[in-house]
Amino acid sequence: MKPENPPGTPYKRSEFEDGKILYTEDSLELWYRWSLGKYLGRYLEGLKEGKILGRYCRGCGRIYVPPREVCQYCFRETDEWVEVGDTGIVNTAVVSYIQADRSRMDKPLIIAVIELEGATEGMGILHKLGEVDPEDVINRKIFGKRVKAVWKPPEERTGSVNDILYFKPVEEV
Amino acid sequence: MRMNIHFKNRVACVGAGMTLFRRRLFETSDELMWLAARKALDEAGLTIRDIDCVVYGTAPDNFDGIHMQSEALADGGGALNKPYTRVYVGGGTGVFSAIAGWWHVASGLCRRVLVIAEEKMSHVQPHPQYVFHHIFDPVTEKPLGVNLIWIFALEMHRYMYKYNIKKEDIALVSVKNKRNALDHPAAQLGMKITVDDVLNSEVLVWPVQRLDISPISDGAVALVFTDEENAKQLTDEPIWIDGVGWSLDTMYWTNRDLAFPTYLYYAGKMAYKMAGIHNPKKEIDFAEVYDPFDYKELHHMEGLQLARKGEAPILTREGVTERDGDLPINPSGGLLGVGNPIAAAGLMKVAEVYWQLKGEAGRRQVKKDVVTGLAQAWGDLMQVGTVIIMRR
Amino acid sequence: MSRVALVGIGSTQYRPETSEKNFKELMYEAASRAYIDAGIEPRKDLDCVITASEDLWEGLAIFDEYVPDQLGGVLKPVFTVGGDGLHGIIHAYMLIKTGYFDLVAVEAHSKASEIETLQKIYHFAMDPLYIRPVVDNPYALAALEMMNIMRLLDITFDMLDMTIMKNHLNALEWGSPYARIYDYDNLESSEYVAQPLREVDIAPHVDGATVAVLASEEKAKELTDEPIWIEGVGWATQGGRIERNLHNFPVSLNTAGNMAYDMAGIENPMAELDFAEVDDRFSFRELASLAMLRLDGGDLMEMVVNGVYTLDGDFPVNTGGGFLGNGYPLEAGGMMKLLHAVKQLRGEAGFNQLDNPEKALVAVRREVPSNSYAVVILAR
Repeated sequence: MKPENPPGTPYKRSEFEDGKILYTEDSLELWYRWSLGKYLGRYLEGLKEGKILGRYCRGCGRIYVPPREVCQYCFRETDEWVEVGDTGIVNTAVVSYIQADRSRMDKPLIIAVIELEGATEGMGILHKLGEVDPEDVINRKIFGKRVKAVWKPPEERTGSVNDILYFKPVEEV
Repeated sequence: MRMNIHFKNRVACVGAGMTLFRRRLFETSDELMWLAARKALDEAGLTIRDIDCVVYGTAPDNFDGIHMQSEALADGGGALNKPYTRVYVGGGTGVFSAIAGWWHVASGLCRRVLVIAEEKMSHVQPHPQYVFHHIFDPVTEKPLGVNLIWIFALEMHRYMYKYNIKKEDIALVSVKNKRNALDHPAAQLGMKITVDDVLNSEVLVWPVQRLDISPISDGAVALVFTDEENAKQLTDEPIWIDGVGWSLDTMYWTNRDLAFPTYLYYAGKMAYKMAGIHNPKKEIDFAEVYDPFDYKELHHMEGLQLARKGEAPILTREGVTERDGDLPINPSGGLLGVGNPIAAAGLMKVAEVYWQLKGEAGRRQVKKDVVTGLAQAWGDLMQVGTVIIMRR
Repeated sequence: MSRVALVGIGSTQYRPETSEKNFKELMYEAASRAYIDAGIEPRKDLDCVITASEDLWEGLAIFDEYVPDQLGGVLKPVFTVGGDGLHGIIHAYMLIKTGYFDLVAVEAHSKASEIETLQKIYHFAMDPLYIRPVVDNPYALAALEMMNIMRLLDITFDMLDMTIMKNHLNALEWGSPYARIYDYDNLESSEYVAQPLREVDIAPHVDGATVAVLASEEKAKELTDEPIWIEGVGWATQGGRIERNLHNFPVSLNTAGNMAYDMAGIENPMAELDFAEVDDRFSFRELASLAMLRLDGGDLMEMVVNGVYTLDGDFPVNTGGGFLGNGYPLEAGGMMKLLHAVKQLRGEAGFNQLDNPEKALVAVRREVPSNSYAVVILAR
């Protein structure tokens, strides 16, 4: 039966921690100074002002968030700035119990893809949901509901996606 | 792009080899490459001197811990003084390196090619998962403290929502694959579990639980591809590569439909066209479909048109995708069972298709007679689909 | 079997800083110029897009995620090759030769100015067990190589100085911000970075992006009256761990060169080619490359001293000014040289224009401490 006698020498973490495995260590700290470019730059400026900005492409009529220089479907430059408002519909949402480095969180975090209402249909962004019961995520009741951004107070905003604290459910209009 | 009716340079797979897949392997990256390559060359009846070109595939350099990884590991790949490059499409690299091997031969430039995929995730301390933090956009997503499992969970939940799929049905995939892997000599996580085990396992990011996902692994896989003339000299039964396809979608994954893998649909279409397949569900005998998470097997089956939208869980429930079913999916045990050394996992699937078509899969051999098999991988920000179709 | 041609090329300016654009905007600039040059509609016509890059230069893991949108590759076959842009060209060549692909775009770029810890990245490319604990400065490895090459090929500092001066002079035409008019005194007072490697021997880093479009013969004839044919390609690696290979010649460049010559049916390179753009990341590399590619006429010193490699000579080398004159754009190095070669062949090289050149060779090596080579032969 193939594969026949696959080679390889497994070892356990305990062997590693007990010093039975010889190893060398290296760590890396890298710094980059990325240019934002015009479009992301303006987007972050907009967030600082409490606005969500998008770009409109006359070729296909799409309104893109986050804004970008190139309409990837038409392959041409986008044309106009549009303010898309800060409400949206929950496309999908999950409850996270772990952090970026896989360690467990004290309080679960709700992450969602929110389709912004002023943009093209289906144009979602990634962000957090707040003031939502995790149960409503698990049973998917929150899907399709309307949410609105909760902003940091103007003096605390720095021009970052975290200038929005989270999106919270609002009454249907 | 055009469909070439005359197969100018038919490409065949004549050998495959792999190392164990384990959470931690003692061998270094280049040693793993060498071990897998040695096995593949032995099976093909060739030595490294017979090889014209080498193609290498591996996922982020950060795992192995060397920048320009391909350069440092060229020796292990037997690439000394040979044409050698590394190709890369994130998680889709496993199957993609095989596709690259295909075009090296199909172009007429190389006659015998060695394709190697290798991954050593155990190097990263304290946990490899943090490497994935850097695949996200540094401006619009990273500041939220993104974890890789978030995006899978978001996609999974959307898929469940749209087609009203229960976790129980998705868990069946994990149960099936881990059980299939018990018959794979290199498998890391072959085990008998039940749907309840999956549903009771640690919740990481609802709806993703620990037993829904594939592990971190080290491992390497190698394949040998040759042109028609060489294939016929080396073996009575070469396995032909009849179709390849790949497609990369926009990086803005939140702007896309998450319930259906459009990129895979296009990749599949490209491969089917090349292989002359019009009705995939009927003409594909079995498939190794990328399953880093259990729901992904279902998602990908639908993207590949092997099931209608929302139908894949039903097929699974009905046993159609078991080894003795009408459309065996992941008879090897997939990533969930055998392990997930990212690039090597994809190539392992290609090796499985090869061994199944040769009838050499032993206890894993699917019950029905097989002529056409498909291997597929996926990667990036829910972005790339890579497909390869092989025939006896 | 159909031939492969280059039908379009577009580039941004290569300059030390590009802070007004992010990398996507840089790529888009090069791509839109290339597609206009080729006369194609990328969304409709392109069959495949290839990018040459390495994650750590970008600071983004899995860089190919960020590629398709600004190159017109969304929902098309797109991939990255971990290599120089010229490796991308070679893959494009193979793809078109399979007969299934008609139009393939190849892109490479550099945003070296944005990497604040560039030195650490070089360090990270060295062998973690044997070399990293011992060597700090990657240029030390280049210096060791330099000593070796100079000894084995009988290269003097005068020859290096002539090469440096030549390339800087050639680069002035391109408006390169790094080009200088050097004289011997300037070069003599240049400081050592790692003896014997001096500051003037090293090409500085530069930002920029270039996109090239390759086509099958059939498609090329539809698009243009003057395609540039790719007559031969070759590539090879000396194996990993440059540290183990320092006592060797860059033999793999010889292997790669011969592969390309055989494909192009070239037996006497210096007689059959008109000019060459070869790797000059360090000054000694240009001369070593020429020796390995059989472009040294049997006596490297004689060639250099007699000015054979200058624009007025019998076999001009690095007519665009090379990396020494223009700067080294990381993985876009090969693309920059390709750009220079194509401009020459098309008669668009301005003051540097040679008289009716027809065949050229482009050869490049990847960044320190790697040891892989790519060679492409172009013909009108």
